[in-house]
Formats: sequence, C-alpha cells, structure tokens
Amino acid sequence: MLTKITEKLKAQFPDSITAVLEFRGETTVHVKKENIVAICQFLRDDTASLFDYCSDVCGADAYTPENRFEVIYNLYSTILNHRIRVKVFVDESDLHCPSVTSVWPGANWPERETFDMVGVVFDGHNDMRRMYMPEEFEYHPLRKDFPMMGIPDSIPLPRK
Amino acid sequence: MNVEQAMEVRQQKILAALENKNTSVYFQDALDNEMVLNMGPQHPATHGVLRLLIKLDGETVAACVPELGYLHRGYEKLAENCSYHEFIPHTDRLDYLSPLMNNTAYVLAVEKLIGIEAPKRAQYIRVIISEMARISSHLLGIGALAMDVGALTVFTWAFREREKMYDIFELLTGARFTTSFTRIGGLAHDMKPEVISAIKEFFDQFPEKFNECLTMLNTNRIFVERLDGVGTISRENAIAMGMSGPNLRAVGVACDLRRTQPYLVYNELDFNIPVFNDGDSLSRYYVRLNEVKESIKIIRQCLEKMPAGPVHANEPKKVLPRKEPIYTKMEELIHDFMIVNFGVNPPVGEIYHAVEASKGELGFYIQSRGEGHPWRLKIRSPSFMNLQSTSLLVEGGMISDIVAVLGSLDPVMGEADK
Repeated sequence: MLTKITEKLKAQFPDSITAVLEFRGETTVHVKKENIVAICQFLRDDTASLFDYCSDVCGADAYTPENRFEVIYNLYSTILNHRIRVKVFVDESDLHCPSVTSVWPGANWPERETFDMVGVVFDGHNDMRRMYMPEEFEYHPLRKDFPMMGIPDSIPLPRK
Repeated sequence: MNVEQAMEVRQQKILAALENKNTSVYFQDALDNEMVLNMGPQHPATHGVLRLLIKLDGETVAACVPELGYLHRGYEKLAENCSYHEFIPHTDRLDYLSPLMNNTAYVLAVEKLIGIEAPKRAQYIRVIISEMARISSHLLGIGALAMDVGALTVFTWAFREREKMYDIFELLTGARFTTSFTRIGGLAHDMKPEVISAIKEFFDQFPEKFNECLTMLNTNRIFVERLDGVGTISRENAIAMGMSGPNLRAVGVACDLRRTQPYLVYNELDFNIPVFNDGDSLSRYYVRLNEVKESIKIIRQCLEKMPAGPVHANEPKKVLPRKEPIYTKMEELIHDFMIVNFGVNPPVGEIYHAVEASKGELGFYIQSRGEGHPWRLKIRSPSFMNLQSTSLLVEGGMISDIVAVLGSLDPVMGEADK
C-alpha cells in the first residue's frame, strides 16, 4: 500500500534505508540513525507521504549484543490517512540519537519518555530531562536487565 | 548523592527549565513582582496528580512547566512480564474514566497481532460499551469543567447520570470501574436481555436530563465568557504537538479514527463528527457536548442492528474456552491449560493499533517474539500528548484561566502517567 512512499524514500536516501518490512498491512522502515531527521523531514513534506502527525516515539530494548536499542516512530498523516513506522537502531556503546523535535514539536515528551525508560539520549532536544522517574534515579526501567521488582534503595526516600 | 543533594539537583533542573523557556511575555518593572507558583500535585483542578510549575508576572502566566510521574506505575514493564490475557485488567487502570474503552482498544490491538477477528455480535457490543464509556467520560469532563469554573450544580447533575451508567456497567460486567470485560477474540460473556433493556431505559430518559445540564451551561453567561477565547491553539500547532480527540477536533481538524481508519463496525453506522474551528476552551467543550449526542445515536443504531450469535471467535487455540466445556470436555481443558499457562503466542512481528478513545487516539504498539507475553508494549496515551500543549495554551493568559484550560483539555493522569 505504501510502496510508492518506500520507493521514493529508497530513491532519495539510497544508503540510509536498511530494510522495509510488511506485517499485518503495516509498513516498517528501518533507517540509519544519522539520517533520521532528514528522512522525517522528507516524510513530513513530500506530497505523497505528508506525515504531519507524529503519533508516538518509543524505545525498545532488543537485548542483542549489537544495536541493542530501537527507537520507533509511529507516524500518521491527518491529510492522507495512512500510517508508517520508522525504526532506528542505537548501539549500547553510543546511546545518542538525533532528535526529531525540529520536525514535529510534539515529539518532545515522547522522546523524554524514551530517554527515561530506555536511556537513549536525543541530541538537539532542548529539555532532555526524565519524564516520569525522579531526576536522581540512576537506572532506565524498561531495559531488559532492570528487574521487574525494582532495585532496593534506588529511589532515595525523604527522611522522617 | 544524598537525599538533600538529590532534591537540590532536581529543584535546580526544574528551575532552569522554567528560566530557559522562551516566553512571549516580557516585563521591565521596577517592582519585582515575578514569582514561581507550584500548582499540584494535590490540587482539585488538576484532575489527579498533575503538577504545574508556573512563573507568574502579576496575574499573567509567563511560563509553565508540567511535571508528570506521580501516578507512574510502570504498566509497560508489567506488560512485558505477564501474558496477553493477564494484561486486560491493567488496561482498566489506564484511563479510569472509561475502562471499557481501554479494554476494547487493547484486545483489538492483540487481535490484529494474532490475526483473528471477533464475531459480529461481539463487535456490536464492543461499540456499545465503548460509546457508553465515551458518554460517561465526557459527562465527567463537562461536569468537572463546569465545577472548575464555578458551576457546581451541573457537576452533580452530570454525576447523577454517570452513576446510572455505572449501575448498567455493574449489571453487565459485575464491576463499576474495574470492568475487564473484553477477551481476546470476544467478550467475557454475552450481553443479557436485561442489560439491553436497562440501556434502552437509560437512553429514553438521558437526552432530556443531558439537555437540562446543557441549558444550565450554554445560556450561562459567566460559564461561556470564562471559556470563550481562553487557551487558544492554532490548527498547525495542535497537529504538530500531537493533540488528538476532541481537543484536535476543536481546532477544525475533522480527524476521528472511527471515520478515517474504521475499526469494529463503525463504517456500518451513521454518525457525524462534530468539528469546531476556534481552538479555544469553549470549542473543546462544544465538541464533547456534541459527541455525547452522536454517541447516543450510535448506541441506538447498534441496539437495533445487533445480530444474534456467538460472542467468541471460533479459534480454540487463541480464545479462552467457556467454563462449562472445560469441566466436561478434554479438548477445551487442554486449550484452557495451554492458554492460561503459556499464552496465545502471536507470530513474530510488530503492530500499532489505535482507536478513537474518549480522550483521543489511544494506541497500543506491540512487539511480539512469538512468546506468550509481549516483548515490548507501548501505550500511546492521548492524555499524555494532550497535556504536552498545556504550556502553549496557558502561557500569556491569566492564572485563573489555567483551571479552565486544564478542565477543557480533560486529561486523566492514570493514562498520562501509565
């Protein structure tokens, strides 16, 4: 369904698109993180795609030795009514990823949440604070090596 | 880092965020009347545990930084550690004002991942319960907004109607709030005739009572003037900031997932999408009000069109069997054992499915590795994204308008904090 868009993307960024996957009628495009801002800009402005609405940005921990973290962008077009998913991979040795807040200002809080939950740092984000957890918390709870029961004493409690 | 240092660091960071904001309000006053006000997390107008840090210039809001996380329970982490069925009760606690809607949204996402579909009757019942949840949520939204700007009577009247709806939910599901009514591939059980007659009875008297509330508000000059032109956002900004639901339709964007990306049986039903163009608090109120009327239309059509038949898909390996056959038949016992102990094991893949919930686009992004529990489950919560625009809406306005803006945004912290 979205082959036109993915073909255009491949023509525009031949080196950056690593995979295009289809599952249950949904398209996922794997791209290299260096070019994510340019690709998002293209997806937003190109007349065939017009993804003007960033539904969500989230992170996932694939728990693999290489490219451990994924950052997933779920995009929607309020004009053309279609969805696409863009995914970038972030290695544990370099936890930085360019921020897309310049393309969609609404990616601000979801990126902060991603930073809070899996620890990917978004470069170019003007307010990279934690979203939910306290500022003094040292861990990233949605990483697979963080135990579900939590880590004792990881959150300092106020003194009596 | 000891406790005091940690608290100090945190305060410094919040203050720095407040100071660094580019605000449209500047003043060069000899009288230093700038102050930082902490609103919440315990404040009746924040509808839960939202904390707003506000920099004030006299009575004008110069900057506003929302702080979230006071109700963060880590549902996404929990989801990774329980099976697809076990997560259904947790969805009740997301948007606790419309739990039935969340149940429906979650199972629709899982069904899409597995590749099954619930039978027609179950889909109609899901539409009915979703729309009832929408009405009860909007009743609270309208009532609480009226209370925030000083009209207490409407709040009690709206709650009275809401209470009648909760009686129906109790009759239907056995619980008022923690409904957990949907199942993967169907429902917990069929809608009994007495529930259907209770719904019909309720909607026979509801429009009149609802109009009473509206007369109290729409002809109330104080209410209208408190909201008119307050907390405006432009169409471009609203889309770019990821607003959704009634708040997006109040800026003139006719984007309703029930129409644009139809799910369940919405494309067989006749209803309108109310759209207003001003983008202020009053428009957001009007959108909700008209949506209630459209939802009544939808429910009446569903009750008329609802076919007879089963409410569980015929997928023995994916759908929990009924209790009676489990005790009498071997096959069902095996399937029950396998589903409860090992889960439904969807194929490897990832999906994102969004529905138009009462607050906006409620989406579930699920990564499956073929196991009984999701590898990653992300909840795209509409309240979270709507709250993001709070600072845009209140900056430059009066401090007393903050409660009106928050009330008209209608956030639920259970959903925003997950």
